Amino acid sequence: MSPVGFVWANLHRRPVRTYLTLCSVLIAFSLFVLLRTLAVVFVGGNDLASGSRLVVSGKYSIIDSLPISQQRAIAQVDGVDAVTHQTWFGGNYQDPRNFFPKYPVEPRAHFDMYPESVIAPEVLEAFARTRTGAVAPAELAAKFGWEAGDKIPIEADIWPMRDGNRRWEFDLVGTYTFKDEDGAQPVFLFNHDYFAEATGIRGIVGWYMVRIAEPQRAGEIAKAIDALFEHSMNPTKTATEDEYSRAFAQQVGDLGLMANSILSAVFFTILLLTAVVMHRAFRERVPELAVLKTLGFSDGRVALLVLGESLLLCLFGGLLGICSAFVLTPVVALFLEFLRLDFELHWPTVGSGLGIALALGLVVGVPPAVAARRLTIAEALRRN
Amino acid sequence: MESIIDLTDVHKSFVKGSEVVEVLKGIDLAIGKGEFVALMGPSGSGKTTLLNLVGGIDRATAGDVVVAGEDIGGLSSGDLAKWRAANIGFVFQFYNLLPVLNAERNVELPLLLTKLSAKERRRNAATALQVVGLADRARHKPGELSGGQQQRVAIARAIVADAPILVCDEPTGDLDRETADEILDLLDILSRDHGKTIVMVTHDPKAASHAKRVARLDKGRLTQEAA
Ligand SMILES: Nc1ncnc2c1ncn2[C@@H]1O[C@H](COP(=O)(O)OP(=O)(O)O)[C@@H](O)[C@H]1O
Ligand SMILES: [Mg+2]
Repeated sequence: MSPVGFVWANLHRRPVRTYLTLCSVLIAFSLFVLLRTLAVVFVGGNDLASGSRLVVSGKYSIIDSLPISQQRAIAQVDGVDAVTHQTWFGGNYQDPRNFFPKYPVEPRAHFDMYPESVIAPEVLEAFARTRTGAVAPAELAAKFGWEAGDKIPIEADIWPMRDGNRRWEFDLVGTYTFKDEDGAQPVFLFNHDYFAEATGIRGIVGWYMVRIAEPQRAGEIAKAIDALFEHSMNPTKTATEDEYSRAFAQQVGDLGLMANSILSAVFFTILLLTAVVMHRAFRERVPELAVLKTLGFSDGRVALLVLGESLLLCLFGGLLGICSAFVLTPVVALFLEFLRLDFELHWPTVGSGLGIALALGLVVGVPPAVAARRLTIAEALRRN
Repeated sequence: MESIIDLTDVHKSFVKGSEVVEVLKGIDLAIGKGEFVALMGPSGSGKTTLLNLVGGIDRATAGDVVVAGEDIGGLSSGDLAKWRAANIGFVFQFYNLLPVLNAERNVELPLLLTKLSAKERRRNAATALQVVGLADRARHKPGELSGGQQQRVAIARAIVADAPILVCDEPTGDLDRETADEILDLLDILSRDHGKTIVMVTHDPKAASHAKRVARLDKGRLTQEAA
């Protein structure tokens, strides 16, 4: 029998009580790891790009154009990561029934803004360098049988060229795809520089796309942007990419908060429960602890044995909880697949779980350990 | 005869609320090496209190307590614990075994304080159980043993670390006549064959007759007589 074996044996004095406590600790830590990981996944997930983008458009109508000078000002706003712009081009390809949106954009900034749009680096490079270059979603190109190098004629309705010519011609340099085809918006993209030059209308864009680092701050940042232009000639209205993602971003913030409040409640309960259990275990064993001292166990050693019980219970329970979180991860991941979230255990969370287990063991174990240390043999034995 | 226990003018008082109760009022007691002494006296006369002083689990209010060559009044609580581990084996009326451990592990317990390896600890525990005749009950927990068997385990625990002095507080107080006699025979053997010094508190004149000497405690003072 080792000292740890002795501590372990003492925990089995009332096996039902010990195992019930162990189970509660296990569940608490399993919950801790899963909920914290969930919060991390939701708040930090890259796939939530749509929740982290804002659209800045004209205040009174989205058709109103905005001056390009606003781009710089928006980029300065606290919390803004990147800004680019898009413009509604309209126009028809061969027949008005072949409708697809067409935007003049800043090539590099555009693909930087939309990580869910995938483009080969050399295609992006060619797109950026070719004045009349354009890229199309692969599906759209397939539909019309376009290939890289083709000239794509577009009949303008809103934007004739400076000389009155309505027939634009773009050089298709390649295609791009979407990481996830569902909900992707296929847009025919061409160079804004060419657009500005050909129309002779410089310094005007349709709207801005703004990327922010913290989706939960969307509301605050949107207000800050609109405040910039409130009294200008071109007041703006900023919203998250769509109402759904605004609501979603809100919920993401709430989820982190919710996870934390659930966990605080759970841990508070666990703390009380284990504290009561360990206190009872101590009270019941006062004569036994006195016997240990009689046998020559020092005050410090007896205190350590008592503390060891709480530590063992909490660390073992915590470890089991974390292990069961590992086991449950695939199950949770299965559910989250519907939300297109990758659910993987987050190691720092596992680490802090162990830290909390250790702290719990100490908080719960120190008071009975101190009491055990102070026990005087003769008096404790008389209580027998 | 060389004495192993030497008490000189020992006083012990307890504070009960605002009252100070003097339980031992000047005890002089010398016990020789290998002696078997019975301590008798009415209930509440201070027998347990005196035994606790001899065993180093309580401290005298005044006077000298020299046991196994050590003036234990001067030891720190840590040193006193070490001293107890090395010199004293305790046997209580209600056995005071740890219910979660089986017989062998109860006996092994004092050896956790030594430098012995796990293997040596188990071997010594097994030997001690053999001495008390309980080798075949090594795996039983106290709850699965009779009172007499539990007291044997307690005695094995008291001798396993080879303490020269056994301090027994009414060791047969909870046992029937026949079982009590078996325990007393065991103490005889330990005294005679193993050279243990034994101080035993008892109410039972038949138990006291096993001792070579009987000390009587009454109203905080000691009177002695040969058995
Ligand atoms: N720790 C203590 N605090 C207060 N009184 C005590 C304490 N220990 C013993 N006493 C008192 O000392 C007296 C003798 O007790 P004890 O030695 O247990 O007697 P015995 O063992 O002879 O029956 C009793 O009156 C008891 O109440
Ligand atoms: Mg007594």
